[in-house]
Amino acid sequence: MALFNFLRPKNKLEEGGRSSAPVQQDAGEPEENCPNCHKDIPLSRLWANNLVCSCGYHFRMKARQRIQTITDKGSFHEMYPRMKSGNPLNFPGYKEKIGTVRVASGEEEAVVCGTASIGRQRCCLFVMEPGFMMGSMGSAVGEKITLLFEYAVEHRLPVVGFTVSGGARMQEGLLSLMQMAKTSAAVKRHSDAGLLYTAVLTDPTTGGVTASFAMEADIILAEPGATIGFAGARVIKQTTKKALPEGFQTAETVMEHGFADSIVPRSGQKRFLAELIKMHNWRAII
Amino acid sequence: MTDTAYGRVKLARDSQRPTGLDYIRKIFKGFIELHGDRRYSDDPAIVGGIARLNDQPVTVIAIEKGHTAKERTHRNFGAPQPEGYRKALRLMKQAEKFGRPVICFVDTSGAYCGVGAEERGQGQAIAENLMEMSTLCVPVITILIGEGGSGGALALAVADRVWMLQNAVYSVISPEGCASILWKDPEKAETAAASLKLTAEDAKSLGVIERILSENDIGKKEFYDRIRMMLTEELEELTRDVDLTQNRYDRFRKLGQSAVIKE
Repeated sequence: MALFNFLRPKNKLEEGGRSSAPVQQDAGEPEENCPNCHKDIPLSRLWANNLVCSCGYHFRMKARQRIQTITDKGSFHEMYPRMKSGNPLNFPGYKEKIGTVRVASGEEEAVVCGTASIGRQRCCLFVMEPGFMMGSMGSAVGEKITLLFEYAVEHRLPVVGFTVSGGARMQEGLLSLMQMAKTSAAVKRHSDAGLLYTAVLTDPTTGGVTASFAMEADIILAEPGATIGFAGARVIKQTTKKALPEGFQTAETVMEHGFADSIVPRSGQKRFLAELIKMHNWRAII
Repeated sequence: MTDTAYGRVKLARDSQRPTGLDYIRKIFKGFIELHGDRRYSDDPAIVGGIARLNDQPVTVIAIEKGHTAKERTHRNFGAPQPEGYRKALRLMKQAEKFGRPVICFVDTSGAYCGVGAEERGQGQAIAENLMEMSTLCVPVITILIGEGGSGGALALAVADRVWMLQNAVYSVISPEGCASILWKDPEKAETAAASLKLTAEDAKSLGVIERILSENDIGKKEFYDRIRMMLTEELEELTRDVDLTQNRYDRFRKLGQSAVIKE
């Protein structure tokens, strides 16, 4: 069942490649096995705990659910909900694939955008969808994110973004690649306007999204254990023919090397984000 | 061989093609190479410095693959480390400070995939270039001379004008990578190459590049003379452009819009 697409084992980049399909779980199963502590957790408890195991393992989360947990009740107003990519290159199999994904995920595209309040702090919000081709960035994703940043500049709002992506969507070829430049230019304008952009990197954030708006935030947060990197671990292993070091491309290592500001568990994210926005609204209040 | 997309890919990768440094030496005069990113090291895969285009000082940056086996190893086969991109950005900022146009030559299969590169922020380095280049206050022209491999190429190609040699390719992913991910079969690279629309003609029809440069006399004096002339003319026009950064924003802003269904 599509609803349970996010309940998949920890990142499988190494074995299956970036676009490996989500593992389908048996919807009738009332328990979920944690890939970290290997304990079976009752689904009801997992849901109640925002899909975090008692051992601290963060399961992947659908965009809509994340929006629900992170924003103030009833505050989210979706923007560009029907915007979606066509098949600009007539890439073989793309139309069929994206059609199936749309039905299975219930989303038109791999990112959900809108305005919201987080702890009574107004902001623009984008949340990427792991169940939609692993959050791959095509023309529509790039367009939606660009529009959101442009809206945020116009209305002088901070932007909060949750990233999850295997990278640029290869079925849209060069046009996907160009979204990296397009979104980056929009982030730059937002930044030059003196506005705050906070990114929360979730599992996995890789490829063209890492190399564009994920790494361009003023403040970069990460979820515990998230895979964060540019090249896929499998490709690096193939290229270098060496074993990868322990903890390679995990949020913790990324922070250790200076590329993330803080690791924030899901349970603390709302308060953390609200506090950050509030601190940056200081001048506005006076 | 040039009639298929994959044939173009092979041509673009040919070690006999002129490399970045060949262009720098033949088109410009008095090249002074500047090294290092002032952060960590100097990446030999990216060469940069100041040179004269006719009489005008310009900043030139090129991804260099090398010709001989020894050179190619030294240049890491034109696969830049994060330091290469940071050096490029340093030189671009310097160009901006001194009001020099920037000219980039791109030829890479992609940013280097390695443990060290990841640990030193390959993604962050590329992202920063994309962001900063978008508002650079001096004209930027990028020429793709061989392989234009994904983000590693784009990190030097957020330019006012992007040109491609006739047999250069520009792609979001290598055809082999695409075939292995999508069809679990690297042998299908030929199909992938055709599907990815990575030739110069494709890039032009997608609006990603402005101009295709003929290779009929590649490597000859006339070839470089022609590029020098084109660069001179184009820079003249771009220097007069009072809305330079706005136009650059718009150039990228419109890409992909036709692929979006708004309903």
